[in-house]
Amino acid sequence: MDKLGSLFLPPAKSTNAADVDALFGFISITSVIIFVGILIATIAFIIIYKRKSDNDVTSLNDHNTTLEIVWSIIPVFLIVYVFYWGFTDYLKLNIPPANAYEVQVIGQKWNWAFKYNNGYTSPNELHVPKGRPVKLVMQSRDVLHSFYIPDFRIKHDVIPNRYTTVWFEAIESGESVIFCTEYCGTSHSDMLAKVIVHEEEDFQKWLKESGGRPADMPLADYGKMLYTKSGCQTCHSTDGSKLVGPSYKGLFGSKKTFTDGSSLVADETYIKSSILNPSEHVVAGFAPVMPTYQGILSNDDIDAIIEFIKEQK
Amino acid sequence: MSTSSGINADLGLKLKRFVTPDHPEVNYAQAEKGIKAWLTTVDHKKIGLMYLGAIAFFFFIGGLLALLLRAELWTPAKTFLDADAYNQVFTLHGAIMIFLVLVPSVPAALGNFFLPIMVGAKDVAFPRLNLLSFYIYLAGATFSLYSIVTGAVDTGWTFYTPYSATTGTSVVSMTLGVFILGFSSILTGLNFIVTLHKLRVPGLTWGKLPLFCWSLYATSVIQILATPVLAITLMLLVMERTLKIGIFDPALGGDPVLYQHFFWFYSHPAVYIMILPGFGIISEIIAIFSKRRIFGYWFIALSSMAIALIGFLVWGHHMFVSGQSTLSSIVFSLITFFVGIPTGIKIFNWVATMYKGSISMRTPMWYAMIFLFLFTIGGFTGVTLGTLSVDVHLHDTYYVVAHFHYVMMGGMLIAFLGGLHLWWPKMTGRMYNERWANIAAFLIFTGFNMTFFTQFILGAKGMPRRYYNYIDQFQSLHQFSTVGTWVLALGFTIILIYLLQSLGKKGVIASKNPWNGRSLEWLTTTPPVLENFTYTPVVIHGPYDFHKPIAEFEYGIESHGHGHHDASVHHSNEESVNA
Amino acid sequence: MSHNSSAVQSHVAHHFVDSEQQFDAAKFGMWIFLVTEILFFGGLFAAYIIYRAWYPDLYTMASTQLDTTMGAINTGVLIFSSLTMALSIWAAQHNDKKKTGIFLLVTIACAFAFMVIKYFEYTHKFHLGIFPGEAYTFTGIDHPKAHIFFSIYYMMTGLHGIHVIIGIGLIFWLWMKNNKGSFNSAYYTPIEIVGLYWHLVDIIWIFLFPLLYLID
Repeated sequence: MDKLGSLFLPPAKSTNAADVDALFGFISITSVIIFVGILIATIAFIIIYKRKSDNDVTSLNDHNTTLEIVWSIIPVFLIVYVFYWGFTDYLKLNIPPANAYEVQVIGQKWNWAFKYNNGYTSPNELHVPKGRPVKLVMQSRDVLHSFYIPDFRIKHDVIPNRYTTVWFEAIESGESVIFCTEYCGTSHSDMLAKVIVHEEEDFQKWLKESGGRPADMPLADYGKMLYTKSGCQTCHSTDGSKLVGPSYKGLFGSKKTFTDGSSLVADETYIKSSILNPSEHVVAGFAPVMPTYQGILSNDDIDAIIEFIKEQK
Repeated sequence: MSTSSGINADLGLKLKRFVTPDHPEVNYAQAEKGIKAWLTTVDHKKIGLMYLGAIAFFFFIGGLLALLLRAELWTPAKTFLDADAYNQVFTLHGAIMIFLVLVPSVPAALGNFFLPIMVGAKDVAFPRLNLLSFYIYLAGATFSLYSIVTGAVDTGWTFYTPYSATTGTSVVSMTLGVFILGFSSILTGLNFIVTLHKLRVPGLTWGKLPLFCWSLYATSVIQILATPVLAITLMLLVMERTLKIGIFDPALGGDPVLYQHFFWFYSHPAVYIMILPGFGIISEIIAIFSKRRIFGYWFIALSSMAIALIGFLVWGHHMFVSGQSTLSSIVFSLITFFVGIPTGIKIFNWVATMYKGSISMRTPMWYAMIFLFLFTIGGFTGVTLGTLSVDVHLHDTYYVVAHFHYVMMGGMLIAFLGGLHLWWPKMTGRMYNERWANIAAFLIFTGFNMTFFTQFILGAKGMPRRYYNYIDQFQSLHQFSTVGTWVLALGFTIILIYLLQSLGKKGVIASKNPWNGRSLEWLTTTPPVLENFTYTPVVIHGPYDFHKPIAEFEYGIESHGHGHHDASVHHSNEESVNA
Repeated sequence: MSHNSSAVQSHVAHHFVDSEQQFDAAKFGMWIFLVTEILFFGGLFAAYIIYRAWYPDLYTMASTQLDTTMGAINTGVLIFSSLTMALSIWAAQHNDKKKTGIFLLVTIACAFAFMVIKYFEYTHKFHLGIFPGEAYTFTGIDHPKAHIFFSIYYMMTGLHGIHVIIGIGLIFWLWMKNNKGSFNSAYYTPIEIVGLYWHLVDIIWIFLFPLLYLID
């Protein structure tokens, strides 16, 4: 079953993954057995009862109630068993342990943000400790999204105006991919994030050091880091090509005309307001789709991004 | 009961034997000529053929879109489409294939043509309504296609709110199109139910009805019960976009999960609209080509009805991770499993029908076997998806995409092809080239599995659906799947060529009963005459009583211009002719 | 009668055996159509029930804005029109062309009266700023979801109103046919099936009235 698992399923890296995989394996193997049975019977009948002449006499037996009952009842037992198994595991997946470590998740087009109880917001990177249950409290700022970590076998829709939760407990340190699995528009398939599982002490260390720029890092470099981490690069290029939003190349100091006909020179104030209140000034030729980063990027973060944009000449 | 006098005594009718010639002097297509006669006809057979043409056209469009999608997925990043175009293409592919192809395919094309003949009627109960439903279908299709011109739609065929309430594309014209198509579907269902209840010829009891009719009956029940709910849901969505009524859009105080409940309340039963008629065709094919009484007639007939009814109670299995309550999910999962039972019963009965039969592997039978293979896989993976904990992992991945293609395409479309090959000689009077037909069936089988079995693996590994870009490790599987679509395309092209070729000057003329069938459509001329029969058939034996001499299926009573069955005929002095 | 096809009445379509089969089929078809109508409205009733379960206080507050008197009059008008509709079938069955016409006209008049009262109700609300959806500006109801109640109200009564208008058209068509003498005791199928439709429109209103207007 392990071999089957590795052929079909991603690595199992949470406490609940093994249960899900076992059930997946059970259903798949049972199905294959029954399927092969049907296949063999069909092929055998095709060969044995091949038409010899147009006057072949065929069986007149057109029903057998016992047989019908047998092939109705046996599947009933099987499916009730499978249902019960799935149901108990589903409850496990749905009820987070009371001592779970809580992280707030915000989904919006097209990035994820993870808010820790120390006030730090980590864009597109979920850092969690190994061997401790983690509960995610999720909400969406715009349309439906769905939070999916294949390696942990968890998924749940993220809904505007409502909180939904998932939980998991990672069993090994390392990185896994996070997908958005509810279609959410142009860059749906780029709404990726990473979950990074640390050993407990590394996690505590990360939590302590998180937030803000490392002391030895230049502002613009930090801005570049935020540019990739926060999902800016999904919509804004640095090489002048047109994505969902305007490119950063040559942006700073240029004159921008907006959809309402007005125009402004792109200075610090403009860039900051574009990050916090994107729908106020939408550059002509683009759709008003950028979400706000209010509460996700701090003032220092925004300063760093402005520095980074200045460098894109 | 080997003589007609015995039969006469049983039914209290003066029966005559009518030996119909293979070919009529004037068939239905020649009876009224010209484009105008076709466009204004109320003849169910012509309407069925017009549907067939329209459906084939939309299948061609939908198929091209699918080829585009798979080609774009050749590389993990942009291959040749940009993201918005890709999103529009998959939306259109889904919407066209479901609303314009699969939902009407068997009922509106083959059902329209054969249901009235199979019950011995001259037409459906409301012929003008039938023509109206065809034009409603065209109007709906026009609306849907209009949305492509005005900026396409990028919501996915499910139109989930709030995305569909806010995106800038032409959602309104698309949903109005689907709304209109719904009425076409309702009218067809209504017509079939009344036809089956009121227009059967004497002797054709419910227990002697061909299983294809039973499956269309079950389909029609779903059509009339579920489609109105979709209509009102789409109406609310249109209002949401135009008036901002706020029922589904959370930004206006509404609830997006409610939309999903409304949507799936129709769209899950719609899945059975798309598969039940396929079951009917498979029952016909397996019985005819095994030349054997169908095994478990009532189990097959009533399991269709059971599926139709249970199918209304399982919509929530699309929403295990959507934010409905845990209790609802559990209940929906349990009921979902119980839909599997009647489906399993059908499969076992079909296989049992082949036991001790006289099996002839002609083209339609190959399609029935392909159906059994693919649909069984689709059914089993449905169980996997219905399982709560496993579905959490598989929901909205390629596993789901593969599952519904196995059920819808491997099931319904293959059954449709089976039916098309079964009845093509009857509809057109021409026989296709069977060698090429078998080659095409083999290509489709191979291409289909290459394309979609791969997607089970992709999905289980975590590849989400509706993804334009994907992570590099999935590339080889994606490429294999794309190659599969080329094989499929080749198969469909071959079918198109030999079917058209059979209509040409060199086409082989078909006899009236090339497969030695026993239901009423095989007893009339090929192609049928305008009002299907020149007499009123009287049904004595079941449609699968292959052991009875064909002569005993040819009894009927004189037709008197109006209608067929005629209760007063036994007062007449007509002599019966002994067989 | 089947020996002589001229004996078969001219209203029987070619694919039916006799008048009775045609009548049965038409009536059965209409019943099925009514089932689809019920499910069509059913979607709106479901939305109504769900939001009422979520916000019971909203419904109590918002329904005070609906005019119970006008609603009650309209209920009476529709019930009466159902009666006249039934009487027109009775008259047709008795070959009474004149009475059939009169009853049909009374039914049409009732339907118009219903729409006129509905018009006054709507314009009064528009005047207050009670519009469906985004245009809602009324401030008299202290509930954040007040606009949703009225969206549901307008959708339900609006859809019902459209059905009344379609009904007016159908009954008018019956009246024209009746004037030409198309109906008699052997053939009154169109009146019968339009009558079924009209009763359904009536019944839906009988549900709408208490559900929307009479909430304590």
